[in-house]
Formats: sequence, C-alpha cells, structure tokens
Amino acid sequence: MNRYTKRTFLLEMVMVAVGIVFAFPVYVLVNLAIRQPSDTSSPISPTTSPTFGNFTGAWREAGLGGALVNSVLVTTVSVFIVLAVSALAAYPLARSTARWSRGTFLLIMLGLILPFQLASLPLYQTVRDLGLLGSVWSLVLFYAGLQVPFTTFLYVGFLRALPRDFEDAASIDGAGPFKTFRYIVLPMLKPITVTALVLNAVAVWNDFFTPLLYLSGSDQQTVPVAVAGFVGQFVSDWNLIFAALLISIVPVLAVYLALQRSIINGFAGGLKG
Amino acid sequence: MSADLQVRPPGRTVSPASPRRRSRVAPPWWFVLPALLLFAFVVLVPSARGIYYAFTDWDGLDPDFALIGLRNFTDMLDDGDALQAVWHTLVIAVAITVIQNGIGLLLALGVNSMIKTRNFLRVLLFAPAVITPIVTAYLWRNLLGPDGAVNSLLGMVGLGSWRQDWLGDPDLALWMVVLVVVWQFAGYSMVIFLAGLQSIPREIYEAAAIDGTGAVRRFWSIVRPLLAPAITINLMLSIIGGIKLFDQVYALTGGGPGHATDTISTLIYKDAFTLGEFGYSIALAVVLTVIVSIVSAGQFVVLNRNEKAAS
Repeated sequence: MNRYTKRTFLLEMVMVAVGIVFAFPVYVLVNLAIRQPSDTSSPISPTTSPTFGNFTGAWREAGLGGALVNSVLVTTVSVFIVLAVSALAAYPLARSTARWSRGTFLLIMLGLILPFQLASLPLYQTVRDLGLLGSVWSLVLFYAGLQVPFTTFLYVGFLRALPRDFEDAASIDGAGPFKTFRYIVLPMLKPITVTALVLNAVAVWNDFFTPLLYLSGSDQQTVPVAVAGFVGQFVSDWNLIFAALLISIVPVLAVYLALQRSIINGFAGGLKG
Repeated sequence: MSADLQVRPPGRTVSPASPRRRSRVAPPWWFVLPALLLFAFVVLVPSARGIYYAFTDWDGLDPDFALIGLRNFTDMLDDGDALQAVWHTLVIAVAITVIQNGIGLLLALGVNSMIKTRNFLRVLLFAPAVITPIVTAYLWRNLLGPDGAVNSLLGMVGLGSWRQDWLGDPDLALWMVVLVVVWQFAGYSMVIFLAGLQSIPREIYEAAAIDGTGAVRRFWSIVRPLLAPAITINLMLSIIGGIKLFDQVYALTGGGPGHATDTISTLIYKDAFTLGEFGYSIALAVVLTVIVSIVSAGQFVVLNRNEKAAS
C-alpha cells in the first residue's frame, strides 16, 4: 500500500501534466510581461529578448505604489479590528446559554446569508453623508463590520469545543472576566485565530466591489481598483497590463510561498470550525 | 501568561461549599457590544434600509422618493435582462459547484497518494486561490482573446479549427466565466477535501484493501461517508460564491456580449451606478438575498441529514 509502484508512477505523470495545465496561464503572464511591445510572436513561444521596461512603465502609470500602501493599511487595520471584536464577542456567546446570548448569536449569523450587495447601496449613501467617500477609512469600517459574522462563527465554534476548566480555575483565583479573556481564553484561541487571520486577510485584500464603489472618482486606490483602472486606460497594451498584473500578485504570492503551510491549513481549517 | 494573574488572599476566594457552581461566572454580555455595533452599522441597518428602498423609486440622490409597493418586483418580470441575469446566475452557480468540486476531489485524491511531487503540487494547485479574482480575470481575458494563448495552443496541437473569440460568442462566454472560476478555485476545494481525506485513519483504508475491496467501492463506501463534512463545506462555499459572482464577470466580459453573461450582481451594479435606478437595483439585491437564503437553508437541511445518515 505504501510502496511506489508502477501505478503510482502513472499517477505521478498524470498529476504533473495537470499541474502544467494549471500553471500555463501564469507562464503566459510572465512571458508577456517581460516582452517588448514590438515583439509580435506567439504568446506561448518563450520571449527571446526580455525587458524590464514594462514593469517600470506599469509601476509609474498605474500608481501601484500608493495602492499597495493603501491595501496593506486597510487589510492590516480592518483584520486586526475584526479579530479583536469577534474573539471578545465569541467568549460570552460560546459560554452563556442565556436567551440573549442565543438570540444575539443568531442575529449575527444572519450576516452569513445576507449578500453584501443588499447593504452596500444604502451604506454607500451613509458613507457619502458622513463625507467618507474616497477615504480608505470607509473601507476599514466596512470590512470591520462585514467580516464579523464569519469570524465570530469560527471563534464560537472553536471555543465551544474547548473545556472551561482553565477559565474556571482563573476565576477561582480571582481573575476578572477581562483578565480571564486576555490571558486564558485568547491564547487558547491561537489556532483558529491563524485561520481567521488568513481567510479575512485574503478576502479583504482581494475585494474589488467595495473599493470600486467607495473610492471611485478619488485619488485613493487599493490594488484591485488600481489594476482595473489601469486596464481600462491601456486597453490593448497587454505587455504593460501584464506587467501591472504581475506586480500586483507578487506580494500575495510571496506571502503565500513564505507561509504556505499556515495558509493552506488556514483555508482547510474552516472545516474544523 | 499565567504570571500576570494576581493571586488573591485566601479570604477572597469562593467559599468551598460549592466551588464548581460558584466559579462558573458567565462572561459579561457587553463583550459582544463592539462586534454587534460594527455589524449593525455595516450590515444589519443598511440591509433593513435596503429592503425598504426596494419598495420605493429612490434614485440614490433625491431625498424625495415615493413608496411604490411591489412595482420594482413586477417590473422585473417584464424585464428580459433581469430574468436572463437570474437564469445566468443559477447556471453559473450550479456549473461551478459541480465542476469545481468534481475536479477538486480528483485533485485531492491525486495529491493524497504516494507520488513524489505531492507537496509541490498542493502548493502549486492552491496558489490561484489566493490571487485577486479581478487580476486572474484580466489575465484570462487576454488568454481567451482572438490572439490569445489558448488559440495559439490550439493551433500548436493541430486543433486550429477550434480557434475563436471565446469571450465574444454569446453561447460560450458564460462557460468561459465558469472555466476561469474553476481554474482559480479548484485548488481551494482540493485543500478542503484533502483535509477531510487526511482525517480518515489509514488503518480503515488498509483493512478494506486487504479484504479485497476495489478502489471504487472503497471510495464510495468508506471514503465518501467520512468525507461528508468536507463535502458540506465545499458545496456551501462554491454555490454561494457562484450566486454572488461579480468580479470575474465584470473583468472578463462586463456582462456581455450584449447581456449574455450578466448576473444579478453585475445588473445590480449597472442599474444603480450607470442608470441611477437605486430602488430597482436594491429590489434585485433582495431577489439575490432570497435566492441565497433558500439555497443555504435547503443545503443545510439536506446535507445535515446526509451527514447524520453517514455517521
């Protein structure tokens, strides 16, 4: 069963072929991003005289520097807020069996079903009235609220499966509820926090619809909006566009490759939640 | 961590009469307040207002608007574009769910074997799932174009007669949207199936193999029931993701050619921000909400029953 047989070898060949098919679009992406615009050979034949000119051009024209800063800021701050408030809320929601606790939990879980399209138009009006349109802080506020149901769901599920003994011991020792939360509950939540961190960060970083609404017409951009604006502007200059696309995914892929184990486990971890 | 806990003098501890019961101090209710307020401000209140606006002729700007009852919804029944969009949304959601999970499961079985490249392939196949969807969609828009890499590849392998403008054909464009989503997220399904497969003890599997059970039978009778939680999660994620699909359609086709790939989400955006029909647009969002709710509830009931039956 655990030996490497002829059938295993066949499977290996098939899977490697599948891997090549999946990697093919990325090969073309890199191949065209380093190609001079004057080179009109087939998109799949390897580029013979590579250039970095597309990257410098795309970086300058697309405003990717500012967009990257904004994306990092929005993702970091909003994910930190959503993890903090959701973990804090999950503590009583998982431990109390009172009617208010069940009711509040169900109310928050309603957010798992409501599509964001329903809330985003009326919220657009509120954000406009508050004068926050075009500000990245409107996005921080939006994600901090939008991601609460999913994150709370993960935390409550995880916490319910944990014994209360440590919390009980802490409160016997006279620790108040906040101290118990901070020094007993929070450290126990570490595994699910990694999952929640990964899933929220990817969701916030990649979101396009929200910044498209709230930042349009301003000079503030996140990476997805900057890329979309750039494509709209340089419609058929695909070498330049591909360079911009590649720049936008390099930070994401770098983080992914550096933390692949935690990230893959994070995505799979929703299963246990 | 426990070093920060102050040990109180003995007199302050709970009386020994019923230590267990007394020590169970429930955490205070106000711990939920920050999360609840954020959730209410961003999701709950705007959603409730959205449902109200769906019964008005609000244009998004004018503070004077009128309640018009069900007219937005009855208008929808006469709006060919809206009915088409609902149909496209359902086709896309079902197609993505079936194809993505089918491929995801096969990939998971493939990389859960003894092959030497299994770790490398896991990382490679999952990688598209972390890339921004709008970026993958722009990439594919070029690949599927008349002079794109897909046509070049077909020419190279002798299938030159298949070459065409994949996104320009109204009959094909919808399936190209499905293709792009499946390419991006099959690895996501794979990772969840893989976690499920790895939670199955090897001994069960080996015992069946020794008993002479064939591979297909082994999968159907042993692996499939134990995979039930992974199947539940995967179906939920892909069908709801498919129903809400916006970014990929926006970037690949913009809903075109004509309205051939418009989904409810792209129509909501167009009606609100290019036509200024906020009331009608939100009525469409209400329809989307109803569809998502029905699907979630139905799926929850069916899969819950299956999961119980399987265990």
